[in-house]
Amino acid sequence: DGAARTLPSLGRLSRGRPFGRAYGRLGTSPSGRLVLPAPLSQESGDPQKTALLLRKAWTLYSVTPLYRFCRGRLRDYARLLSAFIAAERQKGLAVEVGVELDIKVALSSLPELQGSEQDQPAVLVQLSSRSRASPKNSEDKILWSGCFCCVYGDDLSENMPEDFSCLPLFLANGAESYMSVVGNWFQKTFDCTFRRLAISPFNLSWMVAMWAGCKVDKAASAVELVFSVPRLPQPLDISYAIHPEDARALWDTIQKTPGEITQEEVDVFMDCLYSHFHRHFKIRLSATKLVKVSTAIASAHCDGIVKMLHSQYLSGVLMLLTELAISQIQ
Amino acid sequence: HIATSLPLPSERDRLRPRIDLIVFMIDIKSKCSLKNVEASLAYVDGSFFLGKVCFLVTGVGRVNCCSIEINAISKLGEAYCSPVLFCELELEGVRLATAQRLLRMLQICAGLVPGFSALSFSLLMRHSADD
Repeated sequence: DGAARTLPSLGRLSRGRPFGRAYGRLGTSPSGRLVLPAPLSQESGDPQKTALLLRKAWTLYSVTPLYRFCRGRLRDYARLLSAFIAAERQKGLAVEVGVELDIKVALSSLPELQGSEQDQPAVLVQLSSRSRASPKNSEDKILWSGCFCCVYGDDLSENMPEDFSCLPLFLANGAESYMSVVGNWFQKTFDCTFRRLAISPFNLSWMVAMWAGCKVDKAASAVELVFSVPRLPQPLDISYAIHPEDARALWDTIQKTPGEITQEEVDVFMDCLYSHFHRHFKIRLSATKLVKVSTAIASAHCDGIVKMLHSQYLSGVLMLLTELAISQIQ
Repeated sequence: HIATSLPLPSERDRLRPRIDLIVFMIDIKSKCSLKNVEASLAYVDGSFFLGKVCFLVTGVGRVNCCSIEINAISKLGEAYCSPVLFCELELEGVRLATAQRLLRMLQICAGLVPGFSALSFSLLMRHSADD
């Protein structure tokens, strides 16, 4: 039954992706099964490099395919971007007031962040600085990081003409002013478009159900859901924390096939949490807006901000985010 | 007449005029509204599902606030043989257009449009949706 076990995509009967696409194309989509990739083994790749992504708050963007992006020219691109930033700073943009900085740009490839054979390896962009006032051999301070990646983005890269590189997910960490300068340069140079990626409550509930079920070795942090209540004179936030063992036990009773998740299972999981809350507090969480979910694996906010906390499940989280980015592009 | 759920209170049964069309409103931002509609459907007599019921999904302008699976609503429409309309109440133009559509449907369901019954209209809607 190979078709049901591979990652689905909307509109094609042999596969059907529920996540993200279910609302992107109103009306179609079968009840999806999402297959989770096995957790990364500790030895694969350079843990130092992927550790860069952990425990930072990343702002998500979707990026349309880059035209004529050549992997061999990363050094050239770094130089061009550096010159562009210097020019923008002359104009008075992207300047930190009162600080004299030399901004260095580094572009590097992260082959560890890749799902299938068809995926492009990730590209990391780092802006670092050394204040002219500080001593010669002090370390550069990283001002801003950005990472283009694609994990199991086969749906997008399948029919892509050769000149285009598919790296639909972009993670940004650092000041917004640097993001806009770097983003502008990439948009001008490779004819692509960056758009902020928001996460709907529907997708957040998929994430929390998936992540709450993951096995974590050391003591896990609580599973937390934050809801915002609409239409009140003063905004009200409700935070619902669940012991991670309880959440996993609940998920284990619901999930039928290990490694696969269906929409029905996510609904049952959320309904159990909602009815438990209703029994105690007489509040219907299903009428509120789910704005943030936190688990030991990762946390995600509806404004499109995620934090990845566990190296083993990094690939799985990036796969979901890639999926979301692709559905925003298409 | 607007109600937050079914069944309607029985005290007013004698005073109530004939019901020609039932529009179930589902807010895409509230899972609770979908559950409410699903529960209320059980109280509707079978004869209404011959063209006198429709589902109206609101809030579709804000896809990023979506709390429910659109597929589930489409399946609901199929299961109950009733059309599903989508609208965004916050946009005046869409609101107006939707109101006009519903009024037109109501006219047909009340038998005010000669040559067109509620059943024939619902079959027409279903065939065009399948295309």
